[in-house]
Amino acid sequence: MRKAAKLTRLWMAAVAVLFMAQTAMAQNAIEITRGTDKATPVAVVPLGWQGSSPLPEDVAEIVGNDLGHTGMFVPFDRGNMLSYPTQASEIFPRDWNALGVQYVVAGRVTNPSADRFEIKYVLYGVAREEVLLSKTVSGTQRQLRDMAHHMSDEIFEELTGIKGAFNTKLLYVAAERHSAENTRFTLQRSDYDGARAVTLLQSKEPILTPSYAPDGQRIAYVSFESRRPEIYVHYVQTGRRERITSFEGLNGAPAWSPDGERLAFVLSRDGNPEIYVMNLATKNMRRVTNHYGIDTEPAWMDNNTIVFTSDRGGRPQIYKQNINGGSSERLTFVGNYNANAKLSVDGQTMVMVHRQQGYRNFHIATQDLKSGNLRILTETSLDESPTVAPNGTMLIYATRQQGKGVLMLVSTNGRARSVIPTQFTDLRVPSWSPYLP
Amino acid sequence: MEVIKFGKAAALIVAFGVVVGCSSKGGDASGTGAGTGAVDPNAGYTSTSPSSADDGVTSEEAALRAITTFYFEFDSADLKQEAMRALDVHAKDLKAEGNRVVLEGHTDERGTREYNMALGERRAGAVQRYLVLQGVSPAQLELVSYGEEKPDALGSSEEDWAQNRRVELRK
Repeated sequence: MRKAAKLTRLWMAAVAVLFMAQTAMAQNAIEITRGTDKATPVAVVPLGWQGSSPLPEDVAEIVGNDLGHTGMFVPFDRGNMLSYPTQASEIFPRDWNALGVQYVVAGRVTNPSADRFEIKYVLYGVAREEVLLSKTVSGTQRQLRDMAHHMSDEIFEELTGIKGAFNTKLLYVAAERHSAENTRFTLQRSDYDGARAVTLLQSKEPILTPSYAPDGQRIAYVSFESRRPEIYVHYVQTGRRERITSFEGLNGAPAWSPDGERLAFVLSRDGNPEIYVMNLATKNMRRVTNHYGIDTEPAWMDNNTIVFTSDRGGRPQIYKQNINGGSSERLTFVGNYNANAKLSVDGQTMVMVHRQQGYRNFHIATQDLKSGNLRILTETSLDESPTVAPNGTMLIYATRQQGKGVLMLVSTNGRARSVIPTQFTDLRVPSWSPYLP
Repeated sequence: MEVIKFGKAAALIVAFGVVVGCSSKGGDASGTGAGTGAVDPNAGYTSTSPSSADDGVTSEEAALRAITTFYFEFDSADLKQEAMRALDVHAKDLKAEGNRVVLEGHTDERGTREYNMALGERRAGAVQRYLVLQGVSPAQLELVSYGEEKPDALGSSEEDWAQNRRVELRK
């Protein structure tokens, strides 16, 4: 019963999130209550380790941060812990209860053979004094971060019923500007939290709008490497690249269809920016929009429907259109600028760049597609490029701090917010991967 | 703001043209550093008083020819009067020489990057249309929009933004 009550509370938090995963939606009917819920305190105790040198990764800290990023949990400060249990029998529920901690994660790392690390951990429910999860995860030293994110996924799913999205990747572009004519652009792929960045591509010309295909194997982006924009598909494993478009004028904003077989993008070869859809196997291309205004930033709602930005009504707003024809339908009516829409996994909610009024303040906002209700999630002034975690619990966007581009990670319930750490000075166009195999 | 800026730049270039004189065609006024001491910051197009009519026409034309960046108002792709004057000279040269140039469209940082790509192209397109109206062949003009990806000024002030909303004519 207690567990049911706890889960209900968590579900309520998840609903406030707006971006609920479809699976979760199917399992539960919940009342929506906002503002009454707080993040649940979870203590992730530093893991026991008998090795002669310290581990290269602080697994407990990674797990705590992961859970905290969703805004549904808040990691309990290890400095305030009364003990550091490493297994269930060492957990004293009354102590944790007194500290207000509702769940404890405790475990130990062993090193059974040369480059083999094993983490044995438990998830403990303080109120019911019960082990909710007891697991072992293993791998090489280099995989310690993956193992930590895997733990987070299992813990998060056990507590919320929502599949964890901590073992995912982030794409973004870093710019290192030495002078107006000398900037080094690199396409980076990191863990979702910014760790372990790897350079996939570097260029002296801009790289823009990277995004993962639904299969997690291919990436599409715009590169100006030939001093004009071209759309490429890049195979992550092999590094092989395929040039998809190189038409006169704009070649931009590539977006993968949910089935991964097609790309929607923007070309201006007919005189002004229009949206096209290309079948990647046959290279057959079809023009979807037909208006003298700007049509750009397509995103797929389902395999037959796109949303896009258009100034056909005078100012940029979001429209919806069947790719096989028919008329467009305007979706946004609040604010004088709505652009770069992305859909939640369940297709119920749209996240976008929103300007309420004036000319300076661009925020990230969500719009419920059924009710039309708009919610502004960010408070800085030049917020753009929102990208949503595959389970909808978190989003990352680009903004500016001290004149440099930074990436912000925010929970969709708006409670947790942090800057993605990086070795680079100027970041832009983040894009969250799907669940990876 | 940017109107004033443009005026200053033009004044500089005009004054430069007057001081140095200008016999060469299509020269780039930048990078020599000469003549800077002789610039009257209050000089404008109309304040230059050449000694002879011929010299005046040539030097003013040279000054306009040296203008290869054209600025735009916020959220606008309308050419300004000053830009048209310079483009008239460029049109004349392009027709005479038949060479190919690139028109690079740029925007300030406000708004989304892909939308700004389209805005930058709209600005480059405005310059292209003007040149074509003056008789330049469309085949001589390549349009590339960089959107907000290649700012001239790095800050986020109104002045920085004005400097970034531009089309650059590149040979």
